[in-house]
Amino acid sequence: MSFQNFITNAMSEWMKASGADSDIVISSRLRLARNLSEFPFPMLSTDSQLEKVIEVVEEAIQDEGFTKMGPIQLIPMDSLTPLQKRVLVEKHLISPNLANQSRKGAVVLNQNESISILVNEEDHLRIQCLIPGLQLKEAWELADHIDDLFEKHMDLAFDENRGFLTSCPTNVGTGIRASVMMHLPALVMTQQINRILTAISQVGLVVRGLYGEGSEAIGNLFQISNQITLGQSENEIIDNLYGVARQIVEQERAARRYLIEQNRLQFEDRLFRSFGILRLARIIESKEAAQRLSDVRLGIDLGLIKDINPNVINELMIMTQPGFLQQYSGQELTATSRDERRARLIRERLETGHES
Amino acid sequence: MICQECQQKPATLHLTKVINGKKTEIHLCEFCAQEKTEMFPGYPGNFSIPQLLSGLLFNSPDSSVHSSVGLTQDNQLRCTQCGLTFTQFSKSGRFGCSQCYKTFEGKLDPLFRRIHGNTHHSGKVPKRSGGTLLLKKEISQLRKDLQRSIEYERFEEAAKIRDRIRELEQQIGSL
Ligand SMILES: [Zn+2]
Ligand SMILES: [Zn+2]
Repeated sequence: MSFQNFITNAMSEWMKASGADSDIVISSRLRLARNLSEFPFPMLSTDSQLEKVIEVVEEAIQDEGFTKMGPIQLIPMDSLTPLQKRVLVEKHLISPNLANQSRKGAVVLNQNESISILVNEEDHLRIQCLIPGLQLKEAWELADHIDDLFEKHMDLAFDENRGFLTSCPTNVGTGIRASVMMHLPALVMTQQINRILTAISQVGLVVRGLYGEGSEAIGNLFQISNQITLGQSENEIIDNLYGVARQIVEQERAARRYLIEQNRLQFEDRLFRSFGILRLARIIESKEAAQRLSDVRLGIDLGLIKDINPNVINELMIMTQPGFLQQYSGQELTATSRDERRARLIRERLETGHES
Repeated sequence: MICQECQQKPATLHLTKVINGKKTEIHLCEFCAQEKTEMFPGYPGNFSIPQLLSGLLFNSPDSSVHSSVGLTQDNQLRCTQCGLTFTQFSKSGRFGCSQCYKTFEGKLDPLFRRIHGNTHHSGKVPKRSGGTLLLKKEISQLRKDLQRSIEYERFEEAAKIRDRIRELEQQIGSL
């Protein structure tokens, strides 16, 4: 397995598969925060203690439980260029924090990139699993299994009363952050999204836009995750999120039906216009690209736009981000030349993305 | 000072939030403060954890907030393992090590209640570091089984369960 794949392929292997409700739920993600009881949390650990953590992790991933799951590799952050790190961030494989702020940070990746384990970020271990579609249970089972494997090789910081101990009090207890990435264009178009997002925040869940905290949702992608980690079991947390996600899926489906029934011609016109622009534009900003890609993705899901593989659109959503675009071009780019490259890339992919 | 939300009850919670260098002070009564945090359990609005904590600790001109949340004394508590003081913790919003949880034990319930609406873990227990907890859970399950066997007069089964409980209790004692 060569590291080059992680950088050059926009789409993680796992994204090519499809899962339940994958027309609306792009992916399910699960993160477990864990610490080794032996050392202070990374912020207060010495460099040599952090190196020791890496050694322990490197040893643990030799466990046959890990090797059974296929090739797996530990990559130290200081072995990467800034651009390479940015690509891994845009692929959601590492956090900006790990890329830029960590001392002795590293990431463990498996071949299909469904598993990424952040080492020495805010906590010693952040076990992340990403699976396509609405598959929270499956993601939890995988993360739970990896957690068990690690536990064979290290003493985890755990307290009977408080659960798994983490650097930040918002993660203590289960250390779990479960989330689903949802594509909700019809709820945005029918202006129901704010009502729904408010309702979500009232049941202890939190919504974020596609990239990073607090940023505006681009491309109608919303990430919904649990916020409470203490006092609820992992299954309760996952069931709660799953139930809410299912409801939103149904509402998005209803809104899509409504849009088609209400004014099919106008609706189709909008989606096909976006398709046309993406196929022909010479310059396109990332925000417009995200919006147009969202339209086309919706057109494909509704069977209006045919002959385009939806995975090509998923891939473009990642590839058209600035970092990836530069990596793809093999050089740092100015904003203007980025917009030009972006337009060209989209044109090429839509050309070759035809399903024969 | 009167609560700025309801304009009726006295404000007991004083929070300071800083956005882009601009400082805003918020004064709430206990009732409104609770309502605000209940709307976003685990998500203290625009407050980061340090702001929330330092609001609880330092920004109160009168001391009612201290007494109502019980966080006044011992701000100089220091973790013996990593050296973090409670004052530093309340500024950074991050624990230094697992021992910090024990050191600051007496002060954490209000914080956890505010963030999670809970103070006690009820999820996965690791097999190794879980210590006696798994055994205790098993024992409490066995006690229920025992009760049931006695109710149904299955005394042979009850005797077996009792032996198993003794065995586990000895294991805990030897840990
Ligand atoms: Zn009030
Ligand atoms: Zn400590």
